[in-house]
Formats: sequence, C-alpha cells, structure tokens
Amino acid sequence: MSSPEATDAQGRPGEIRAVPVRHPGRWIAAAIVVVLAAAGIRSVVTDSHYEWSVVGHYLFDEPVLEGLRVTLELTVIAMAIGVALGIVLAVMRLSPNPLVSGSSWLYIWFFRGTPVLVQLIFWYNISALYPKIGLGIPFGPSFIHPNANELIKPFTAAILGLGLNEGAYMAEIVRAGIISVDEGQGDAARALGMTRLQTMRRVVLPQAMRVIIPPTGNETISMLKTTSLVSVIAVGDLLYAVGTIYSVNFKVIPLLIVASAWYLTCTSILYVGQYYLERYYGRGHSRAENARLWERMRTLASPHGAAR
Amino acid sequence: MSTPMVLAEGVHKRFGRNEVLKGIDLEVAPGEVMCLLGPSGSGKSTFLRCINHLEKINQGRLSVDGELVGYRQEGERLHELPESEVARKRAEIGMVFQHFNLFGHMTALENTTCAPVLVKGMGREQARAKAAELLGRVGLGDKLEAYPAQLSGGQKQRVAIARALAMEPKLMLFDEPTSALDPELVGDVLDAMKQLARDGMTMVVVTHEMGFAREVADSVVFMDGGLVVECGPPEQVITDPQHERTRAFLSKVL
Repeated sequence: MSSPEATDAQGRPGEIRAVPVRHPGRWIAAAIVVVLAAAGIRSVVTDSHYEWSVVGHYLFDEPVLEGLRVTLELTVIAMAIGVALGIVLAVMRLSPNPLVSGSSWLYIWFFRGTPVLVQLIFWYNISALYPKIGLGIPFGPSFIHPNANELIKPFTAAILGLGLNEGAYMAEIVRAGIISVDEGQGDAARALGMTRLQTMRRVVLPQAMRVIIPPTGNETISMLKTTSLVSVIAVGDLLYAVGTIYSVNFKVIPLLIVASAWYLTCTSILYVGQYYLERYYGRGHSRAENARLWERMRTLASPHGAAR
Repeated sequence: MSTPMVLAEGVHKRFGRNEVLKGIDLEVAPGEVMCLLGPSGSGKSTFLRCINHLEKINQGRLSVDGELVGYRQEGERLHELPESEVARKRAEIGMVFQHFNLFGHMTALENTTCAPVLVKGMGREQARAKAAELLGRVGLGDKLEAYPAQLSGGQKQRVAIARALAMEPKLMLFDEPTSALDPELVGDVLDAMKQLARDGMTMVVVTHEMGFAREVADSVVFMDGGLVVECGPPEQVITDPQHERTRAFLSKVL
C-alpha cells in the first residue's frame, strides 16, 4: 500500500506516518482511575465530617503558624547539624587510622540502630543520667557546671535527638558520594600539589555533591515530617499545636488536615529547591549544559523534539 | 656534570606480595625527553607515579633534581616528609594521565587556574591570563568556558597539559597520554608534546607511540617485568634492539 506522501520529491521513501498500535488495556485502566478519582473527590467535597470551614478557620490561626515556625526551625537546625556531622563522620570513616574510622563506624552503628523516638526521649531525660554537666579538663577540674535540666530544654533535646540521628544517615550518604568520585580526580589534584584537605574540599566534595544532593533532599523532606515526633517531648511544633487545639474542641480530622496542608506546602517548596540545587551541582556533567527549564520544555513541545 | 632531573637507583615497589618494580636504575638529564616503552604490566606507569610520590617506593633511592622523593635523609636514617612538603614538591612536577582526570565540575579555564591560585597563591587575574595563554597555545583559545564533558578526548588531554604547565613545572610526566584517544585525535596531543619538548622541557613519557619516541625522544627505555631491559637513544633501541624481548615486543607494535 502506498499513499501519495510515502515517497518524497526524489521518489525515495518519505517520512513515516504509520497507524499507531491500539492499547485497549490502557483505556480501561484510565477509565477505572477516573471513576475512582471522581468518587474520592465527591466524598472529600460533600462529606460534612471534613468540616472545611473549620479547616479554613484554623489554617492561618496564630498558634498553628507558631507551631509551623518551630517545625521549620527544627528542620533547618537539625539538618544543618546532620549535614555538618555527616561530612565529618564520612571523612573520618574513610581515614586510614583504624581508631578514627572505627569510632565513626561505632557512632553510625549506634545512632542508626536505635529508633529516633527513643533517642528523643533519651535526650529529654538526660538529666536523670547526668544531673550536672561540667565543662573543664577531662579527669580534672571543671569550671562551669550548669544544671542539666536547665541546659537541655525540650527544644535542645529535640535538636540533639534529631540532629545527631540525622548525622549518622548523612554520613553514609556523604560517604557514598565521596567514593563515587573517580580516584583519578584525587590523583590529579595531588599531582598538582594540593594537600589532602584541599583535594577533598575543592575537587572531591563538589563532585560528590551531585550524588549527595538527591538523597539529602529526601532526608530533608523526611526530617520535616520526623520533627512531628518532638510533640512527644512537649516541644510546640506544628503537630503539637494542632493537637492542643483539637484536644479542646475535638475537631480532630479538620485540624489534622490543617497540619497536613502545611506539611505538604513545605515539602512542595523543598522539591523546587532540590531541583535547582541538583542543577547547580550537576554543572559540567551533561553536554546539554545550558538548556534552561523553559528551553527544555519548548524542545519537548515541538514535534521534532518529542520524536528524539 | 649537572644534577640529573630524575635519578633512580635500585627502585623496588611492591603492592602486597606482588613486586611491580624489581630494581630500576635510570637517569634523566635536565632537558631530556625519555620515553618508557614496554608491555602492559611491565611497571612503566607505576614507576612514573613513584617519581611524584603518588606511590611510595619500598626499596632503593629516587630523587628529583637532587632531592629525595618523599623523604629527608639525616645521617643514615630516612625521615618521611610531612604532607605539606610532599605537596610542595609535587607542585614542581607536572603530570598528565591516560584518562585526563580533568576536574569535571570546572571549566577548562577553571581547571587551569585552580592549582596556581590554590597551591602557589597566584592572583586570580594573573592566573586567568596565564591559563588563557596556555590554552591558546594548545589550540583551545575558544574553549575556555567549556566543561570537560563538552570536549573531545583530544581537547581534554590538551587542557590537561595546559593545567600541568600552569604550575610551571621543571619536569613533566606523561602516563600514556594518547592511549585513550581516537586515532585521529592523537596527532593534536602529540603536537602539543613535541612543542613542549622543543621548548626544552624535561619529559618522561610512557607511550606506545613509536613514531613520537623515534622523532622526539633523546632516550628510550624498554621495560619488562619490572626491570629495565634496554635503554639508549631511539635509533638504537627501536631500530636495532639488542635484546630478544625488545625485538619481540617491537615486532608486534611497529
């Protein structure tokens, strides 16, 4: 069968315009999804138990926003501690000194091996173990010794619990990033006269970032949600704030929706941030280096781009 | 007679129980271009890496420009040099690798300015001007802002040469610089190396390019099994080899 456009001007085989294969299975699956989605949306919109007016009322309520602020603060501080600690632990883990790498291993083993909730409660109750904390010479005199109960407030306990735990996970992520960088990079840097520290900071770590960033974004999103555990030790985070409200007015579902809406908003913002970080640290990695987001979308939209 | 640029006396190198170098004796004079030939596994690359202390030798003595590599001698005892000292000495020796090892997150220009700024404390502007001049000299004046992934193998290797030269080394080590290149890209890299040789740079080159060795080298060393089998001027070693092993190898590569 030959249609008029099957050959080009020179009589050679022309552009292909074939009849596509039909996929009835896909159509059936799509129909099922549409029906289920419609049922779900109908239930959410019309069921009075959702009490959307209550959700609207508390969404920007002052205590809720204060809880959100604490949640964000905890996330940022705990992740900062986690990343800094993770880099130190990862470099220690790769040290040729067995005592140094062993202690890093032991730390990771302990903090990854116990639940973060247990660690949080542990730090909250640290004064039972060490009533007084002294700062001074080891085995010698101490100069200042504040009361542990005053030093480790719930917020401090929360930061310690979350940050120290995160450090263990970040250490493994950073280590994976470092060993993903080709050994030749280190050879070249040292051959140019860089010290080990310079090699690590200027050559290895920046390239390890490409591997480190995606799981770190994942960890940050996970951390944002894990902070909700601190409501157990009476830190006024987002979940604690809505909990305080619904324990009085018993509007449990609407207030949990309020909290979820904020958690979702924050994680969505983190997604965008992660996209740009990945692009920055992926520089020099792909040949299509300078394609900006809108250029890429335009390429996809054009028929020739889509065919590629 | 002047101090040899590289002097190796009975150099041994072991990786665990595997002895890769079994007593290398070599001398490279200032301004000399020496090519190391030999089958893979003969220890050529390892020896090259020993010269700038990327590998520690186990026995013998190795010195560059009259100073021991990686050690300081006091009386009969050798003391390991601290890392900063080793780094300082490495900065005077340029090295070019088989797989380029350009820093992937830096442009050609940044690759070339990075070490002078960081290691030698050169001003950023001065380093940029020098890097641009060096990249121009190897024919990459229009690729300053390109990342390694956007360059061909031959271009990458020429950036690597410029990067090494930016440190103003007194000795250049080349570890099979053209072995990872497409045949038609080899010429550009060899041209850059020939130019360097003409400018009087002392070079130790591990290579399989017999044409280059014959044309540019002052001396050729044939290694096998961790030992120097034969060494001498190229017309002697390549054209009229004395040892059976050298003849067998050359008959395969020529």
